[in-house]
Amino acid sequence: MSEAKSMASPASSAGMVTADKFYQRASVRHALYITVMQILLLACSAVMLIPFVWLISTSLKIRGTEFTFPPVWIPRPAVWENYYTAFFASGLPFTRFLLNTTIITVASMVGTLFSSSLAGFGFARMRFPGRDKLFLLVLSTLMLPEIVTQIPSYLLFRLFGWIDTFLPLIVPTFLGGSAFNIFLFRQFFMSIPYELDEAARIDGAGTMQIYWRVIMPLSKPVLSTVAIFTFLASWNSFMGPLIYLNSLENMTLAVGLRAFQGLRGTEWNLMMAAAAVMMAPVLVVFFVAQRYFIQGIVTTGFGGR
Amino acid sequence: MSSQADSLRQAHGRTRSSFMRREAIEGFLCITPWLIGFVLFIAGPMLASVWLAMTDYEILLPIHFVGLDNFAKLGQDQLFWKSLWNTAVYTGLYVPLHLITALMAALLLNVRARGIQVYRVIFYVPSIMPAVATAFLWMWIFNPNYGLANGLLDLVGLPPQKWLFDETLAKPSFVIMALWGLGSAMLVFLAGLQGVDPLLYEAADIDGANFWTKFWQITLPMLTPVLFFNLIIGIIGSFQVFTTAYIATNGGPNNATLFYVLYIYNQGWKFAKMGYASALAWILFIIVLLLTLVQFKVANRWVYYETEKAK
Repeated sequence: MSEAKSMASPASSAGMVTADKFYQRASVRHALYITVMQILLLACSAVMLIPFVWLISTSLKIRGTEFTFPPVWIPRPAVWENYYTAFFASGLPFTRFLLNTTIITVASMVGTLFSSSLAGFGFARMRFPGRDKLFLLVLSTLMLPEIVTQIPSYLLFRLFGWIDTFLPLIVPTFLGGSAFNIFLFRQFFMSIPYELDEAARIDGAGTMQIYWRVIMPLSKPVLSTVAIFTFLASWNSFMGPLIYLNSLENMTLAVGLRAFQGLRGTEWNLMMAAAAVMMAPVLVVFFVAQRYFIQGIVTTGFGGR
Repeated sequence: MSSQADSLRQAHGRTRSSFMRREAIEGFLCITPWLIGFVLFIAGPMLASVWLAMTDYEILLPIHFVGLDNFAKLGQDQLFWKSLWNTAVYTGLYVPLHLITALMAALLLNVRARGIQVYRVIFYVPSIMPAVATAFLWMWIFNPNYGLANGLLDLVGLPPQKWLFDETLAKPSFVIMALWGLGSAMLVFLAGLQGVDPLLYEAADIDGANFWTKFWQITLPMLTPVLFFNLIIGIIGSFQVFTTAYIATNGGPNNATLFYVLYIYNQGWKFAKMGYASALAWILFIIVLLLTLVQFKVANRWVYYETEKAK
């Protein structure tokens, strides 16, 4: 904008005042544009944030006071004890739910990182008959509605006696995990120069050593991205735990929250507190690993599902 | 890559075929975990569910093969048609609104303003929240007596609504709930926007184009691949809506929000009619498959890929 102005000055000094005025108006227009955008951004962000604010606001209300109309935004007093009550004194073993969810999530992450990276490595680096057709098969499983395979899988797990254990939620992740994780790994591995593999082979490395010592250390970005998405998928998952986890001690936060509704149905202040506690770790993980989130979304277009 | 691999093989002093055989075996070993998982949890179940769909399996009762009986029953099942209708209406409402809002958000978040990263985070975070938790949150927001939604209506002088308890408003309420999660589609649009060649816009500026012209003639056409992608993902996703419906309304009021997957869940796990549920699941699969195929066919007409070869 300033170059435009300085370009205009010789013209105006030559008597073309209109050109100068044009550039002045343009910079005013630009400033106006930016201001309008800022206002829009603020307004829309506020709309997106309102539910969160309402969540916290309700969670801090004294029992009974959430039932006011019109809605009260800032509760006085703010009862932070609600969080303690919801978690420890609710009649439900929330700490147990948290532990279960953590175990299942961590195990799923390990399983996925291992099997998906291995498969991605195979599809990216190895040559074997039918490789590309098999990869198409991998991708096609993305279009499959989960429910189609869930019914027989449930019956299969019932046969194994795995109902009401964590196994149905963990074992499949060790056996390939989700297709788009394999896709992510494959794409990333294909971008690593083959010369590195070559150099390792000349030094006598076997394939597994190449995988472990050459490719993996270079794969922090994709490992982080897949780890985050797996975390999300597992932490947030509802239908799986709903179907496979029956007894209270085995439940995850997701199903536990549902049970909470049965127990304390009308105590919205506690319900919101419990919901907030379930949401918090997701926020923390997101802020810690922001960059890889965005990277992963943009590469695959999925994310968080 | 083949010449590099060939020189490698020579460097190893092995014959070409033994190296290739070794590579093939190792390759297969790498994908073996996935292969096992695919057979056990995808291909196997799919075949099994075809068979299951032709039985009257109810877990604890003896099982009988009934051929295509289940599919005949489907036709008479009021709830089947109702749940299909519910899902179709929901999808028809949600997907266009979702695409439009995500695109608008992406356009907004594409400006070079101060702190734009913060705004992007704010828009994205709702989409990664656990569905259970957001279902409860929105249940509370839509509470007919004390909820925020009616509070906002009250602010502008409109009468309170029953939202999730109102037969006509229940599905739109779900749409609103789902629209809050526009974050991931928005990011995809954002990536698409940032991939548009700025030279195109500069050329348009020189020709004196205004914002709308630039949008319709440059931005939108260049975004059609991304739009297509979000469209497919959006439809596949919205056809499988389950958690929010299970938590917030459990199908009510009067089955207005009995979405298809919820109906399958009820049949399979509430009433243990696994055979019937399998038949229902396959109908869903066929519908989704057909929808996707149709869209791919139609896509040729409206999706513009920059690297398109001349036809």
